[in-house]
Amino acid sequence: MTDFTLERGDDGIATIRFDAAGRTMNTLTTRGWDDLAAIVETVREDDAIRGAIIVSGKANAFCAGADLDEMLDAAGYTPASAEEQRSIVDRMGKANRVARALETCGKPIVAAIAGHALGGGLELALACHHRIVADDPRIKLGLPEASIGLLPGGGGTQRLLRLLGMARALPLLLEGRTLKPAEALSLGIIDAVVAKGEEVVAARAWIAAGGSPQARWDRRDFVLPGGTPYSADGNPVFIQSAAIAARRSQGNYPAIGNIAHALYEGAQVPIDRALQIETRYFVATLQSPQAKAMIRTLFHSHPALAKAEDRPVAPPPASYRVIGVLGAGMMGAGIAFVSAEAGLDVILIDTSREAAERGKAYARSVLDRRVAKGIIAQEAADAIVARIRPSDDYGDLAPCDLVVETVFEDREVKGEATRRAAAAVREGVLFASNTSTLPITGLAEAAPDPHRYIGMHFHSPVDRMELVEIVLGKETDETALAHALDYVKAIRKTAIVVRDSPFFYTSRTFDTYIREGMEMLVDGYAPTLIDAAGKLAGMPRGPLELTDDVAIDLVDRIAGQRRLSLGAAAERRRSDDVIDLLIREGRYGRKNGRGFYDYAADGTKRLWPGLAEAWPVTTPHSTPELVDTLKRRFLYRQAVEAARCLSEGVLTDPRHADVGAVLGWSFPRWTGGPISLIDQVGAARFSAECDVLADTCGPRFLVPDALRAMAATGRSYYGEARIDQVAA
Amino acid sequence: MPDVYIYDAVRTPRGKGRKDGALHGTTALDLATQVLGAIRDRNDLDTAMIDDVVMGCVAPLGEQGSDIARIAVLNAGYAESVAGLQVSRFCASGLEACNIAAAKIKAGEAEMAIGGGVESMSRVAMGSDGGAWYADPHPAFRTYYAPQGIGADLIGNLFGFDRTDVDSYAVQSQQRAARAWSEGRFAKSVVPVKDGLGLTLLDRDEHMRPDASLQSLAALKPAFADMGDKWFDPIILQRYPEVDRIDHIHHAGNSSGIVDGAAAVLFATRETGEAMGLTPRARVKGMASIGSEPSIMLTGPELVTRKLLDRLGMSVGDIDLYELNEAFASVVLRMMQALDIDPDRMNVNGGAIAMGHPLGATGAMILGTVLDELERSDRETALITLCVGAGMGTATVIERV
Repeated sequence: MTDFTLERGDDGIATIRFDAAGRTMNTLTTRGWDDLAAIVETVREDDAIRGAIIVSGKANAFCAGADLDEMLDAAGYTPASAEEQRSIVDRMGKANRVARALETCGKPIVAAIAGHALGGGLELALACHHRIVADDPRIKLGLPEASIGLLPGGGGTQRLLRLLGMARALPLLLEGRTLKPAEALSLGIIDAVVAKGEEVVAARAWIAAGGSPQARWDRRDFVLPGGTPYSADGNPVFIQSAAIAARRSQGNYPAIGNIAHALYEGAQVPIDRALQIETRYFVATLQSPQAKAMIRTLFHSHPALAKAEDRPVAPPPASYRVIGVLGAGMMGAGIAFVSAEAGLDVILIDTSREAAERGKAYARSVLDRRVAKGIIAQEAADAIVARIRPSDDYGDLAPCDLVVETVFEDREVKGEATRRAAAAVREGVLFASNTSTLPITGLAEAAPDPHRYIGMHFHSPVDRMELVEIVLGKETDETALAHALDYVKAIRKTAIVVRDSPFFYTSRTFDTYIREGMEMLVDGYAPTLIDAAGKLAGMPRGPLELTDDVAIDLVDRIAGQRRLSLGAAAERRRSDDVIDLLIREGRYGRKNGRGFYDYAADGTKRLWPGLAEAWPVTTPHSTPELVDTLKRRFLYRQAVEAARCLSEGVLTDPRHADVGAVLGWSFPRWTGGPISLIDQVGAARFSAECDVLADTCGPRFLVPDALRAMAATGRSYYGEARIDQVAA
Repeated sequence: MPDVYIYDAVRTPRGKGRKDGALHGTTALDLATQVLGAIRDRNDLDTAMIDDVVMGCVAPLGEQGSDIARIAVLNAGYAESVAGLQVSRFCASGLEACNIAAAKIKAGEAEMAIGGGVESMSRVAMGSDGGAWYADPHPAFRTYYAPQGIGADLIGNLFGFDRTDVDSYAVQSQQRAARAWSEGRFAKSVVPVKDGLGLTLLDRDEHMRPDASLQSLAALKPAFADMGDKWFDPIILQRYPEVDRIDHIHHAGNSSGIVDGAAAVLFATRETGEAMGLTPRARVKGMASIGSEPSIMLTGPELVTRKLLDRLGMSVGDIDLYELNEAFASVVLRMMQALDIDPDRMNVNGGAIAMGHPLGATGAMILGTVLDELERSDRETALITLCVGAGMGTATVIERV
């Protein structure tokens, strides 16, 4: 026994201790299930044992879930034969078989939970006859599988369904939302919340008082709460549920669909058969390319980058106490706020005391809302605000360990601010510029030491956007990078690292999305169709409405800088005509209520009629094939640009491209990011489809040579054997 | 293959499909039994000569379950030798039952057969038979399932019909139905429903509101806005992303009414009819069914009409009268628009908006209605069609002899 051990008690109540050997966190593995299977056998057979309590031997959690890598290795591929698939299903069904044996061992089993119980951890608890959780709001309970493209395959779909009924189980499973103990109790997912440290005592008492060793769904009189799919009560619920799942998935997320299938089909049969159904859908989900891509990017790459795991190792870690922020506009105020929130003191400089105060007031307004919602205590909020010191005197920057410059996007203005700050701070302080458009190498010329100068492209609104795009100038050294990563980690954000080049990575690639929307407009597609197709591809907003949100004059300014930086190489694009017309008409987007759409005071929007005059709609109606093509154009155009960034060396690591896209501009999670999308489709097919698009739409779809070479040799960005094709 | 002739058609008046409807106390079996009895008695049929009775029924459960056609045959006192078949093609079940009866004769399987249908919507609720399409996510995802009223509303968006258009059509349906009743245009086919003592329960369509006006209809709330907003609009718009949002224009006043009723139509070869001393009223010229895009669901009539007219070598102008079930006003407006049909040839005596749509029976009812009208107005050819769940369409062309 390495993961689970059985300890007998004098009162006949045994303790099953889950303490995975060699791991800091309890995760469920094949080895663990083997252990548990043997223990269940003992509990069943041994007359001296009248019940058992499952506890965790780890202080941090009851169990954080199953070992995803083990499962992917064991089942996350397309088997060569039906026999192999049968064997995969058999292996993946093990958790359900062991948990079911536990549930039917004839003796009462209690889960005594003192830490997080997530995924497989909660599923194990659901297979117990009683669940007792410590009264600690930090404890998270839930089945978050869907958020990384999976479905709960350890009985979670079927037991949650049987506990809560379809109407309440479905949203929890689809959203993968985690719950605090009190909420889980009120929903009925757990049976009791007791004072911290009392879980085991309470568990003993429950068994001693004659707790039933039978799950309610094993009783003859069990009825599914809310009704089964074809009962009078249940039928409308299940009809609505199919719509709820379809709305959430849009056909992009196999996990969402498969959860709905497992619930619908599982609701109509006894639990044992239902668990087999769940296992089938679990395997199907695990074998989907979307699940693999989502697990890679969201479960592995994102946390790795959040922990800055690829930070250069040589430079000693920097610790920050005081940072200076130059410019108290929207970005500066946001950066000051998140820094203060992370416990740093902030000197917030602007040209006037009033402007600097306004930047500080931003922190106050964000925190007031959080206090009102009960997210944070008033004293804690006050302490954060107190850490921000507004000033118009650059001399106040003297104690700073880091200067983040966020002033107006103009080389001269930024240079002047940097020089004034440099005069005040001590030698060797790292300078970071928050710019989305200006070359870092050029800006670095104003810095006292270009080696200690770096780009830090924050995204707006800073307090909600997790991504920081770190930009290396030509002279930026490894220590500066390491220290910039240390700062980003300190303020609990996630960095990707890019090399200096026009518009870096996120702005450059995001721009291709909105421009593709404008290309479609010129092609004659109905604007409503264009925006809807963008959303059907999985983008959070359509390209035209998003351009309105971003501001059309900003897109125009970026285009102007592009022409400046590319010079003669900047070919005129059809989308430039679209932008030019809107600017001529004084249509700057949502900010002045006029863009592609006209915005009414009540928040509704209507297409600007002038659009149809300039670009008549020649394709008013859609077909599924057309929608697929438009979706492909949106996604492939961005993926091609990301691939170019990799082949040009703007990015060096596909993980940074994928995490940056998902966090930076909400590139669809189902793809795992633009580079994962190319791997999902396969380099050869992706290149071939892009060639077709290049023929019909223009050379902007031509893939870089490196990708073509990859296609020729059957390689992929992530170096895996090619995974199955997906209709993108 | 022999030609198939129509010898007679009967229908019950339609009772409100509610607890206070005149036919709520009458079983579905009784309704079916009474139309079978009526068509036998008024034609003095030797029922042993009938090979099969095919009846549409869309919710075949409870008293409508287990092949109500055969049970009605027995209950009506027909010869034991007469077979019975219950069919569902959703809303076109009654017409499909007639087409099957006709096809059996054409194929030589039968010499004489009855097609018809029955639905007591007040006693067996619409949708109470369940069905995987709506609740099983597999077909629901694949077809972007939304309830058909939402498809009807979407037709308005896609093809340019607004609330005033559909309400105007509804008012016209009421006025046409009222005129038809007052002029006795339905008298030939309608047989009163009687109770066990032989007393008449209903002799006139109960659902009509002849005084409906644009003003009175304007007060009605859209029926599908709430469910669309909560669940289904975003789904069907995944299939029609060019539509920004659905204008929900249909309500109880411009959609087909929920009613109880039954109908039967007598088909035979000329020889059999002659042998039994019957006079043929019309010939079945052709029949067709199609499937089309299921989420919008209700645009099948145009397509099945094109298919059938093509096969018959006919054009839209060759049809003197069109009878399209008024499931929703937009369905009729769209078919007239798509095929450029003269409104004066379409549903000239009103339809289901005024008189109701007893799901399994309607197709057979409107076949009889338009046959009566061909004779009354001395015209030759009619096309009967219905929009059908899941995107289907069924149609029949008849001509007088």
